[in-house]
Amino acid sequence: MRLVILDDYDLASEWAAKYIRNRIVQFKPSADRFFTLGLPTGSTPYGCYQKLIEYYRHGDISFKYVKTFNMDEYVGLPRAHPESYHSYMWNNFFKHIDIDPANAHILDGNAQNLEEECQAYEQKIAEAGGIELFVGGIGPDGHIAFNEPGSSLVSRTRVKTLAKDTIVANARFFGNDLSKVPTMALTVGVGTVMDAKEVMILITGAHKAFALYKAIEEGVNHMWTVSAFQQHPRTIFVCDEDATLELRVKTVKYFKGQQPTRKWRHLDKPPLREGNWTNGIGRQNLKEQTHD
Amino acid sequence: MPSNKSVSDAPITQFINCRILRDNELQREDLWVREGRILDPEKLFFDEQGYADKRVDCEGSIIAPGFIDVQINGGYGIDFSQASENVSDGVSFVAKKILEHGVTSFCPTLVTSPPEVYHKVTVSFLSVLPQVKVHDGGPHGAGVLGFHLEGPFISAEKKGAHPEKYLRTFKSGGLEDLMEVYGSLDDVAIVTLAPELPGSQSVVRELSRRGITVSLGHSAADLSQAEEAVQHGATFITHLFNAMLPFHHRDPGIVGLLTSDRIPAGRTVYYGMIADGIHTNPAALRIAHRAHPSGLVLVTDAITAMGLPPGRHTLGQQVIEIQGLHAYVAGTKTLSGSIATMDMCVRHFKQASGCSVQEALEAASLHPAQLLGISHKKGKLDYGSDADLVLLDEGLNVKATYISGEEETGPPVPSYMIDMVLMD
Repeated sequence: MRLVILDDYDLASEWAAKYIRNRIVQFKPSADRFFTLGLPTGSTPYGCYQKLIEYYRHGDISFKYVKTFNMDEYVGLPRAHPESYHSYMWNNFFKHIDIDPANAHILDGNAQNLEEECQAYEQKIAEAGGIELFVGGIGPDGHIAFNEPGSSLVSRTRVKTLAKDTIVANARFFGNDLSKVPTMALTVGVGTVMDAKEVMILITGAHKAFALYKAIEEGVNHMWTVSAFQQHPRTIFVCDEDATLELRVKTVKYFKGQQPTRKWRHLDKPPLREGNWTNGIGRQNLKEQTHD
Repeated sequence: MPSNKSVSDAPITQFINCRILRDNELQREDLWVREGRILDPEKLFFDEQGYADKRVDCEGSIIAPGFIDVQINGGYGIDFSQASENVSDGVSFVAKKILEHGVTSFCPTLVTSPPEVYHKVTVSFLSVLPQVKVHDGGPHGAGVLGFHLEGPFISAEKKGAHPEKYLRTFKSGGLEDLMEVYGSLDDVAIVTLAPELPGSQSVVRELSRRGITVSLGHSAADLSQAEEAVQHGATFITHLFNAMLPFHHRDPGIVGLLTSDRIPAGRTVYYGMIADGIHTNPAALRIAHRAHPSGLVLVTDAITAMGLPPGRHTLGQQVIEIQGLHAYVAGTKTLSGSIATMDMCVRHFKQASGCSVQEALEAASLHPAQLLGISHKKGKLDYGSDADLVLLDEGLNVKATYISGEEETGPPVPSYMIDMVLMD
């Protein structure tokens, strides 16, 4: 596991977006070789999407040869409803970038046969050659996608009934009216995400701190389904300081110590280095600035 | 590489880098158009897996629904009330020219005239090619929504520039008088009359029943007569303050309709304002706007001379004189109409009332559409509405006009003299 700790939400979003951007660019996707990306929804990845849109507008990345697979969607919510995950993805991501609509896949919560819809989705992922990078979030109850506590850690895409925690957490999007929140959803399984070549989990905010602790400092447990990724060969947890509040100091220090300052920034302009009066770097920074 | 064509083969245009007027606010959104209608891009993306064939970069412009002028008597030398042989040509000519002012739909207005004029106009419309029947706009010009017949059933006391000898009253009981004078009501959108005329109430009812908007104007009615007319179906006031009794605190007259509590529930009384800086003092404009902002409809009441240089011109059966931005009945100081264009009115209204950009634009688009009961397809940029658009810059100057998604005209040749006067 890699645990990347940034100071705040904005920096964590930026780091995650840069990672996604760099992976896609380095993959050099083309018409014969698409980059498959798994995507989450919710308030956590919002900043990351904003940054990706910025990079697209700046010309640093194109989504023309990227296929996306979203993690989940509510059952029974009209697709045009402002809280459906289709609406979320359209408004916060798809409408701002150059992705081909045929390559943007989201589960259909209004399908006639939900079982078949789930199986077809697994099929589509397989046909696309599997997921290169699956980006996800974590619920306050430690779930990944809608794999609620008690979900099998080898599960596949299926219909799930939402846990009370999740319904309460989502009520804020439905005018704080619990009766309006959907109670069922289609979701990729833990096993589905485990099949991806690489997994990146975004965790920000103090309210997720306990879930992060359970996910990485305790054992693999189906009550905290994100813990399954302890058994994945390439997982990155990207979080902000607040999300580390329940971790041991030792864990945080260990991973912070690993953080290289410049390694992943080679696609950026060189950053201003930290200067102080002894090392004279401040003056060098000034020179770098004027050249921009 | 547009859609999978499951719904339509037609090309899709996407307007980018713009702010659109939607849901009463200016939103930073793209506008999508297909087959002359505003398209829902989310449905296009998910249902049809489609995207735009053509992108139009609006360079930060504001996109508003095309302006709708419900009171315009002519312009550029054309007078709709002149009984010429080719009325439809005249209307078409003006329809083309007013595109430059952002007007995409209008109601050609006829002032008080003898029956021959009405018959000629309505009959010629019926008998000749249906050019001046109600029709949509296009490359030939702004769409015609129907006539606005201002008179002759108006008050002699408040006739303004209308010729006295052609004024009429209701003699035989309403509808017969109408048909005798007008000939046909088929392409009529609005009728202005004075509600204090005996027998007018049944006329108001009959016209409303036929879906024709009834407007109160050129009248000396008091508030209760006006309210009664509203209860019978009247929904508009022709150029508020002008040609009616002035507001009085014990009898507000027609002006009192703006805040009357005897309007039937669910109904709105709209009122036309000529916001050219001349017909209404800015303070009066502000009073009306603040009292009843959602009913304000900007109209030009433009006359033949609009778009022409100063001098003498003809309106209806009388001669008019232009002095600067004022148009008087020749030899008097009675205003006979305005020569301001719709975009000037929008700018002046915004500046004089201090209202927001959204309100100023809605007064020229949404409110007239609501008045005429066509807001389901005009006056809004909602999905499914007709794509009649006007692109404006920050100062609300017209940059381009689109009808059914096709660009019809670039910016107008600036009329420097008129602009200079209005900027005072």
